Amino acid sequence: MSTTPMLRLERVTGGYGPVTVLHGLDLEVAEGEVAVILGANGAGKTTTLRAICGILDKVHGDVFFDGSAITKRSTQAIARSGIALVPQGRGTFGDLSVDDNLRLGAMTRKDKGIAADLDRWYDVFPRLSERRSQAAGSMSGGEQQMLAIARALMSRPRLLLLDEPSLGLAPLITKDLFERLGEINRTEGLTMLVVEQNASLALAIANRGYVLETGNIVASGPAASLAADEGVRKAYLGF
Amino acid sequence: MQLFIDQVLNGVNIGVIYASVALALVLIYRTTGLLNFAQGELALFSTFITWWFAVEQDVPIWGALLISFVLSFIGGALIERILIRPVEGAHSPLNVVIVTLGMFLAVNALAQLIFIKPGQEALQMPDLFPSGDLAFGIRKSTVGFAVVLIVECVVLWLLLQKTKLGLALRGVASNPESSRLVGINTGNMLMVGWALAAGIGAIAGSLAATRGSGFDSSLMQQILVYSFAAAALGGFDSPLGAVVGGLVVGIADSLTIQYVDALDGIELVVPFVLILVVLLVRPNGLFGRTIVERV
Repeated sequence: MSTTPMLRLERVTGGYGPVTVLHGLDLEVAEGEVAVILGANGAGKTTTLRAICGILDKVHGDVFFDGSAITKRSTQAIARSGIALVPQGRGTFGDLSVDDNLRLGAMTRKDKGIAADLDRWYDVFPRLSERRSQAAGSMSGGEQQMLAIARALMSRPRLLLLDEPSLGLAPLITKDLFERLGEINRTEGLTMLVVEQNASLALAIANRGYVLETGNIVASGPAASLAADEGVRKAYLGF
Repeated sequence: MQLFIDQVLNGVNIGVIYASVALALVLIYRTTGLLNFAQGELALFSTFITWWFAVEQDVPIWGALLISFVLSFIGGALIERILIRPVEGAHSPLNVVIVTLGMFLAVNALAQLIFIKPGQEALQMPDLFPSGDLAFGIRKSTVGFAVVLIVECVVLWLLLQKTKLGLALRGVASNPESSRLVGINTGNMLMVGWALAAGIGAIAGSLAATRGSGFDSSLMQQILVYSFAAAALGGFDSPLGAVVGGLVVGIADSLTIQYVDALDGIELVVPFVLILVVLLVRPNGLFGRTIVERV
């Protein structure tokens, strides 16, 4: 068994224009686990994911994926190497059909299994199957979130990054969504890094947790002990 | 009545050219959100290439058109790479617009310099279609022009809807950042957009040069204005809109010249009024996408 984590961030600094959001962040995600980043608004959770994907302009420090540095690579090269991001606000192709959205997810693949995967995710998300030819932008928020996740899965990623998957969803839908994510992790062994405000739901499916505050990791550890730690709970998790 | 029908057919004939140039404009607009003001002059340069091969090198006209199409396709890609990409994503999208305006002047001057000998006035483009009527007063060239437009549309539709490249092109037009996130090289897609636009421009320009009695370096200038009107009418991001818009503008123009004496000599008012009315009544055009967003 390899000891190299699938994803490692070392002293990552970055931000937007003159504003630095991340101040030397260290973070690890091991293969097969679900890691969750918690923290208040403006802590730098989304920025962390954008730094990993190469969308952020100036990133200092190192991002390693499978042991090789990807910090300087372009967004599309990082996507091709096996990292899929479900962006906040979903980032679906609004005027394209559900089917086209999913096929775009498989853009980097050359194997013959694309049609089979389409059927498979339509099975997992039957609402999408009913709306195959409908424009993605005309679906409800929950459906678009499902679509964004299914699209990311269509690329057969090795690492799935999810940015606030519960944003704007009704509590019941959020619960259902996290159950499905946990199930995909268990059955596929798919590694995930989830940014989430709904701490209790996220920690329930996570192995490891990080608490982010103004661009720094202020607490980390196994999800269960993080959830149990009185101080962390009161100060950062609000439950 | 026959006069009316003749004028409608005449409008279809020129409308095919407006539609083709509008298609080229739309292809670039969809992926960049910008209008290529040099589209007409690039088509003019391509037209000179067609003419040079057909007349100076004695290549059969259809062969010359094919060569011109291929060279224009490559040229379009190179222009995107060399002239557009360096200023793209810089500070303002206006930079690209300024570059296309510069190309508008430069390409025209360059084409005159290369292809027109001193003292030469109009050049003759060999006919692509036989002259004369097919039946019922319909000219063979009008039918030929319409077939060319249909072929363009079918090929584009197949490319955009049925191929992986087309899916990537549509993805970039819809959401560039998400396109990068699924691994699409968006820069390459912009290059393909420019290449296709330049290729279609070559066809449009060469067809336009066979109308009337010869052509010179002002061939595409008026056509570009009408094509802007066509693209505005159809909606700048809709290929179908470009085609419908082109035909409507062509027919409207032709009928105005015939029936509205007051506009004699100032027919260019027609596209101008069309652009104004469309922008006021339906800013997205007839077929343009209205952004539907549910959250």
